[in-house]
Amino acid sequence: MTALAALIRRDIRIAVRVGGGALIGVLFFLTVTVLMPFAIGPDLALLTRLGPAILWFGALLASLLTLDRLFTADHEDGSLDLIVMGRAPLELACAAKALAHWLAAGLPLIVATPVLGLLLNLDATATAAVALTLLVGTPALTFTGMIGAALAVTLHRGGLLLAVLVLPLSIPVLIFGVAASQAAITGPLSFGTPFSILCALSLVSLVVGPFAAAASLRHGLD
Amino acid sequence: MRLSGRQIDCIRGGRGVFSGLDFETSSGEVLAVVGPNGSGKTSLLRLIAGLLVPAGGSIDLEGGEAELTLPEQSHYLGHRDALKPALSVHENLAFWRDFLGGKIGELSQCLSAVGLGHATHLPAAYLSAGQRRRLSIARLLVVRRPVWLLDEPTSALDTAGQDLFVGVMREHLASGGIIIAATHTPLGIGARELRMGGAT
Repeated sequence: MTALAALIRRDIRIAVRVGGGALIGVLFFLTVTVLMPFAIGPDLALLTRLGPAILWFGALLASLLTLDRLFTADHEDGSLDLIVMGRAPLELACAAKALAHWLAAGLPLIVATPVLGLLLNLDATATAAVALTLLVGTPALTFTGMIGAALAVTLHRGGLLLAVLVLPLSIPVLIFGVAASQAAITGPLSFGTPFSILCALSLVSLVVGPFAAAASLRHGLD
Repeated sequence: MRLSGRQIDCIRGGRGVFSGLDFETSSGEVLAVVGPNGSGKTSLLRLIAGLLVPAGGSIDLEGGEAELTLPEQSHYLGHRDALKPALSVHENLAFWRDFLGGKIGELSQCLSAVGLGHATHLPAAYLSAGQRRRLSIARLLVVRRPVWLLDEPTSALDTAGQDLFVGVMREHLASGGIIIAATHTPLGIGARELRMGGAT
């Protein structure tokens, strides 16, 4: 357990230092969300209706932005070799890295959501609903994205490949995340149904992600 | 302890690097892997470290801890230093100590042993190539592993650093360790040679 705790601590520490990815993700999220009203126009009713989708899309892109460094940074400096050789099971090490990434890059997105909700003319209920769905849904984005990050690790320019690999995998999360937020705002569907499916997607990715990532790391190392 | 490999074949990127390689070494011995560039020295070390899968043959460690695999009992010192520029010297070493399962409280001692006692709070980004290598060597000291796999361990080290490293290796051998080192320059320590064939 000390090994995994050390890994989580290290990754968070690197992410919040200068040049780390934590702040970049939030700034990107902010920029995308702020730009959106300029593109759509000053129609408040339209913004309210599109708000949850915009926030979800921003969060998806922002989490993808920093995800490609999840394993490549460790691969480039040789740390990944030592992590693979370590006594901690690689699956757990992958899960620890994803957890650290989510804490450093995913959680700030959720904290920023209420502020960005104001820009999109969302009321308190709607903002709370979006924040809640993001809280439940972003772990799924991180843990499925980790599979792509592990596959792309040995390829040069893997970051571009990552987007192509990961975005299709995140479609279900996006559908049910936005559906649950919309249900809380306008109905007619009940909030519980899509929200439960979103929770289920997250739980599945928590289990499948580490195993798939560890398997691809073992085969990908060369 | 005895570490041996029999009839190892290595294929990388569809090209045979070497085949039918045998080696054997035991406690207190250094095996120096020598040969021209591209002869598969690094590949052999990575095979032993479990980072590559051999196309054929087997590698066995006798007399080690039965429930641990060979990679879990090995230190691998590769070309890349496994250091994070954003973290300080102390934080880098503390992470590897915790991750690899070393004992608490030997850090400053190990850092002084490799001559980095004065730079513990410096970010690793500011270290020179030789200092980075010294910090990697400190990793070998802070966690005990019986098998050391060293890839060009003395590159970037100055004369004092090389002498220091010879001392570190002697200590490891005296405690019954095994060292396999791929090298172009003499290690400064009595070693059996494993000569790899030329690239064909």
